[in-house]
Amino acid sequence: MSDTTANPLLTTADGKPLKAALARAERRARYRAFLLVLPLLAFILITFVTPIAQMLHQSVYNEGFTMHTEIGSGERTPIMVNIKAWFDENPAGTEPGEAAFAALAEDMKTLRELRAAGSAGTRINYERSGTRSMFTKAARNANKIEPPFKEAFVDLDEDWTDPALWRVMRDASTPYTMNFYLAAIDLTKSPDGDIESVAENRQVYVTLFQRTLFLSVLITFLTFALGYPVAHLLATLPLRHSNLLMILVLLPFWTSLLVRTTSWMVLLQSQGVINDALVGVGLLGDGNRLQMMYNQIGTVVAMTHILLPFMVLPLYSVMRPINPSYVRAARSLGATSWTAFWRIYFPQTVAGIGAGALLVFILSVGYYITPALVGGASGQLISNLIAFHMQNSLNWSLAAALAALLLGGVLILYWLYDRLVGIDNLKLG
Amino acid sequence: MNTEISTNQATASFRFSLSFFALLSAFVVLVVMNARESGLLEAATAMLVTSAVAAGVAFVLVSVFDTKRTAVIVLGAMGLVLGLFAGGVGMAVAGAVMAVLIAHFVFWIHFRHYRDGLPNYLSSNEILWHYTYLVICAVIFVFLIAPILVIIPLSFNVEPYFTFTEKMLAFDPEGYSTRWYDLLLTFGMLEPDAPRDMSWWSDAWANANWINAAKNSVIIGFFATILATTLGTIAALGLSRSEMPYRRAIMAILISPMIVPIIIVATGLFFFYSKVGIHTWGIPYFGVVLAHATLGIPFVIITVTATLVGFDHSLTRAAASLGADPVQTFRRVQMPLILPGVVSGALFAFVTSFDEVVVVLFIGALDEQTIPRQMWNGIREQISPAILSVATILVVISILLLTTVELLRRRSERLRGVTPQ
Amino acid sequence: MKLKSALMATALSGVAFGAQAQEVTVMSWGGAYTKSQVEAYHKPFTAETGIKVNSVDADNPATPIKAQVEAGNVSIDVADVEFSDAVRLCDEGLIEPIDVSMLPAAPDGTPATEDFIDGALQDCAVGSIVWSTIYAYNSSNVDGTPTTIGDFFDTEKFPGKRGVRKSAKATLEMALMADGVPAGEVYDLLDSDEGVDRAFAVLDRIKGDIVWWEAGAQPPQLLADGEVVMSTAYNGRIFNAAVAENQPLEVVWDGQILDFDLFVVPKGAPNKENAMEFIAFSTDTQRLADQASWISYGPARKSSGELVGKFMDGETEMGPHMPTAAANLENALVNNFEFWVDKDADLNERFNAWLAN
Repeated sequence: MSDTTANPLLTTADGKPLKAALARAERRARYRAFLLVLPLLAFILITFVTPIAQMLHQSVYNEGFTMHTEIGSGERTPIMVNIKAWFDENPAGTEPGEAAFAALAEDMKTLRELRAAGSAGTRINYERSGTRSMFTKAARNANKIEPPFKEAFVDLDEDWTDPALWRVMRDASTPYTMNFYLAAIDLTKSPDGDIESVAENRQVYVTLFQRTLFLSVLITFLTFALGYPVAHLLATLPLRHSNLLMILVLLPFWTSLLVRTTSWMVLLQSQGVINDALVGVGLLGDGNRLQMMYNQIGTVVAMTHILLPFMVLPLYSVMRPINPSYVRAARSLGATSWTAFWRIYFPQTVAGIGAGALLVFILSVGYYITPALVGGASGQLISNLIAFHMQNSLNWSLAAALAALLLGGVLILYWLYDRLVGIDNLKLG
Repeated sequence: MNTEISTNQATASFRFSLSFFALLSAFVVLVVMNARESGLLEAATAMLVTSAVAAGVAFVLVSVFDTKRTAVIVLGAMGLVLGLFAGGVGMAVAGAVMAVLIAHFVFWIHFRHYRDGLPNYLSSNEILWHYTYLVICAVIFVFLIAPILVIIPLSFNVEPYFTFTEKMLAFDPEGYSTRWYDLLLTFGMLEPDAPRDMSWWSDAWANANWINAAKNSVIIGFFATILATTLGTIAALGLSRSEMPYRRAIMAILISPMIVPIIIVATGLFFFYSKVGIHTWGIPYFGVVLAHATLGIPFVIITVTATLVGFDHSLTRAAASLGADPVQTFRRVQMPLILPGVVSGALFAFVTSFDEVVVVLFIGALDEQTIPRQMWNGIREQISPAILSVATILVVISILLLTTVELLRRRSERLRGVTPQ
Repeated sequence: MKLKSALMATALSGVAFGAQAQEVTVMSWGGAYTKSQVEAYHKPFTAETGIKVNSVDADNPATPIKAQVEAGNVSIDVADVEFSDAVRLCDEGLIEPIDVSMLPAAPDGTPATEDFIDGALQDCAVGSIVWSTIYAYNSSNVDGTPTTIGDFFDTEKFPGKRGVRKSAKATLEMALMADGVPAGEVYDLLDSDEGVDRAFAVLDRIKGDIVWWEAGAQPPQLLADGEVVMSTAYNGRIFNAAVAENQPLEVVWDGQILDFDLFVVPKGAPNKENAMEFIAFSTDTQRLADQASWISYGPARKSSGELVGKFMDGETEMGPHMPTAAANLENALVNNFEFWVDKDADLNERFNAWLAN
């Protein structure tokens, strides 16, 4: 002590300034800590962040109308180059004249040689349905198309002069586009380039997003209504008993999602256990069994069951440390049991409710398996539509745009969760 | 009712208890008669008679026997005999259990044992609410656990239905069979009907669909777990150091695979893998293993960092000052502490992989059939009870895993000196 | 490390990764139909050539083909697809052209090009069967006897749930026919917005009672379990459930929609040579006739017709159960592949919007 106070500058044993030495030690410790995390961070960047970035890229990039990739050899040939040049020379809204159709005729010949009319047409068809066949037909007849080109095309299909089609072709002639995002919220562009709603009988995504939100809120509320009493019971029982009952909460948590979904199918189907029991007891006639599956009821019931542990566990971890003497004190001061609960106990559990509700909500907006199996048509969520576009309609850019919107929503909630609850406080049983 | 029950009254009121039993039994009869679609008059008579009988029995029970124990034994014996008389051993057991429960219940209500253990300032309404609350909790617990348990007996159904047949409800052995478990073995075999010798078993091992699926699931799960646990544990060691820079942001990134909807992960991987051409590398399962490891990592991080909460870093410094090199320090000081967390995390990671179907559906090769994928196909096409027998096996496995993790958690708490209050 | 590599080795030895030199992967529709193909094509093919056939299933094999080819990850060698899908895939260059001269002639020497029924040979596809979408009912759950396509959409006359395929194709045509549109005018009408609106209006009548199915194996199961009382279905599936499994299922042929299934080879198939060999083998006169004794789908070769005999149970005559039997063709619609090639995406988009609202 006396040594160092005598010295104006603190030094280490080997004479270096203590401050600098400490800073260096600190830096090295930080460096070491970071090195430990680095391999995993790199792994996650490659296997998780990059694929998602790739998906986001796919949502704004589609080269179906600009590039043909030969299957097998992977050889890439630009297509629709002539019409692209015409678009570059003429501003949007120009009436396509003979020059435009001549360029189109030239491009059709390339499409014919490359057998790429189908995929080029499909790209246009995404935004203007019914146009795919115009391309395949024109490419089939590419060698027979002769001047005057405009008339030749109109002979093939009079829709070739449709300004809406030309608007779509103009947009598609550059691979970068926001149009898939517009489509993902039921919007489209008019021939003049204004943004407008799609026809009412084709609107589906906004409805699906709304339904996903509504069902997620409902499920979150149900898990809260069911989870709160259970968590409270677990938290107030002596540890010996509550540990046993906790198993009943944790077992579903550890059981395969598919197993639990199967169980609900067995319980809910019209010849299933619940309907049989109700018919057996006489509450239902055999003729009017309840339809509880292949609709929203199935989705809500099964998902509530599956997500309930995610509500109970955070609630429990908040409730356990609450000191029971506060409630007792309130009672002794004359509060009724309801007042004591509502004014004293409940406010102390709000943090747990927030954590559980956010977690359940985040997990339920992205659910896929359970709605796909028990949801029928009315119980489908947005994830099911993403899967549909990935696997059935193969409109991958639209699937990516829908997924990006969903991802955006989830990330906002995740950020909120981190701010309010803290990721460190995530517990697993 | 409020006025006649004073708080410390230990004596019983016949007026309350007898009318309670009468009403309760009348209600039970009402439900039963409704189920049988009986006439109004018939139902009313039955209700009256039963409530009278119930009240009478209760009265006799509490006035004749001076202790609960004798009442329970006598009534239990009566139930046993009656059941035996009515039919079979099963009924006798059921009768005895019912009678014992009834005797307990009568004494419990009449002598107000329901107030035992509760604060004596509670009003009778609050007592009623307390028991209603317990019943509600019980119902929720049934909701949680019944769906998992209900498939177990159904998987032994001899009929290809998903509901309890009459034979099953009567505990008739003929109503049960293990045929669906047998189907798991034989489905996909070349010669399922051959005698069950060595070659039959090797046929099953090589060709049975479910066995192949199980092999694939285990292989993928094994490598994904190794990868996730190794990387995750090392990273958790770094993350739990106070010096770690950007800790919160990095933690958020590492946990995000658990939060991001699986369909988005699968979609992204589909694009990414086809871009880099992972299938041309010729490494079987590679893509799926990487994806499953990614999904398992958050669990490892969470469980391992949890065991390091409150870890006293002066212990490592002490070890270092005593001459241990960093590897030794890790092995002898930190490892024993975090081991339970590592094992739990590994189990979580394995279960995550073992249960994952969406990524496998999107990026798995056609021959990479896993158990969940096979189940998914089976459920969508036809849920035969064979699916239920797979489900039952999976439930048993999850019970084992859950037990392991619980034991580990307690061991970890003991080791770290964290005693739950 | 040693343990790990040892485990890897044992693990890998247990599972087939296509280590065999010769194999071919065939994708089909699952259930009874795949089984008929395994018995009639795959087993004899392996016995004769030694090439192992891997059988995999999909709800509709046309969709995984496109996904696989576009992702550059093709593992299917042969796929069994519907007519309109075969034409569309060929248009988009996703499947290999098939040289029809490799197909064997009929036993009497008629060349394959003349032996196959009209339309069964395409640039990139070879037809194997004629099948149809019909509707069937469970006779133990229905009071009375449904006889017309209109009965399917009439839940007042025949109360109960209906199973319908979750796709626009066949569903819209059936709805129009149920509304009294003659078979010959269905596609003209569907080409207009009014026609499509009219079809959806008919579907609206039963929308609340529909259980949607996707895999062909589902309808017989839904019917047998009593989950639905009537369902649209592929006719062969119902036949097999009724005859081979003794389920009380009846087919209503009124308003049936005929279609082909064809074999195609995806671009970049790993075993293209074997795939072509498999197709040539499987579509010869005898194999096509054999397949018809496992399931009630008609062979695509004229010369196979007379070889078709009884079902594999040895009792049931196949003739009357074929979609092409004269009695079944009274009010039948032949699927217009050109229409669906053009309109599939468009109408499915509307179909999805209708489903969601």
